[in-house]
Amino acid sequence: MSENTAVSKPDARDDAALQPPVDVIEDTSGITLYADLAGVPKDKLHLHVEGDALTIEGEIDLEMPEGMESSHAEVGLARYRRVFTLSKELDASKVAAEFKNGVLKLSIPKAEHAQPRKVQVKVM
Amino acid sequence: MMYRSLFPRDVLSELDRLQREMQQGLHLSPSIRGIARGGFPAMNVGGTAKSVEIYAFAPGVDPATLDVQIEKGVLTVAGERKLDPPGEKATVHIDERFAGRFRRVVTLPDDIDANAVEAKYRDGVLRISIGRKEDAQARRITIQ
Repeated sequence: MSENTAVSKPDARDDAALQPPVDVIEDTSGITLYADLAGVPKDKLHLHVEGDALTIEGEIDLEMPEGMESSHAEVGLARYRRVFTLSKELDASKVAAEFKNGVLKLSIPKAEHAQPRKVQVKVM
Repeated sequence: MMYRSLFPRDVLSELDRLQREMQQGLHLSPSIRGIARGGFPAMNVGGTAKSVEIYAFAPGVDPATLDVQIEKGVLTVAGERKLDPPGEKATVHIDERFAGRFRRVVTLPDDIDANAVEAKYRDGVLRISIGRKEDAQARRITIQ
């Protein structure tokens, strides 16, 4: 998927996508996001940050025998998509991603200036 | 006089979206085992003249812990998904992913050959391919 697909408005049918379940955990160093993207091979996973929007997109690619007819489908679309808004203390340029067995792990560190520091409380 | 539509455009498109979502959600045939939508793992079932194909969407599961059984025409997929526990001082903002033990059961057609089963785990999807019995295949008659 090219960059400009996000800009040009695709028609409604192309726009339909599954919303992958996620876990978002925050600690002092930053935010860790896990997303379940079963059936997406590594080369069909697309991550991009534009401004403060983080987009996770993936296309499901299953091996299917020729002439297979579906009789029951709980996963009825072949695409995942979810967009998150990043807050400004996060450093989007240092996002680290791991993708294994259909699980994406994103580590988004906090910017240097937003790292925790102890605030001295003065007793007057 | 100012004219205001009773149904402005955005409401119509909103209704359209709702309808689309409902159709997606209800596109299922009823079964005695109920509709386990939202169950883990999500399953797709399909078939060809030679085989029955079952896809279980189980991302992040250790394939060694998966237990696949066929008994009396019923396929059972069981296992456990363990997630990394968050650190002590961590805050959980969103918690949607399934964790724990799971078991799902699928009724199989009558003509399957329980000895011709293949299971593969790739990209978080378990694909179970079950062959159909030879004599059942031969019985299929092409109408010209």
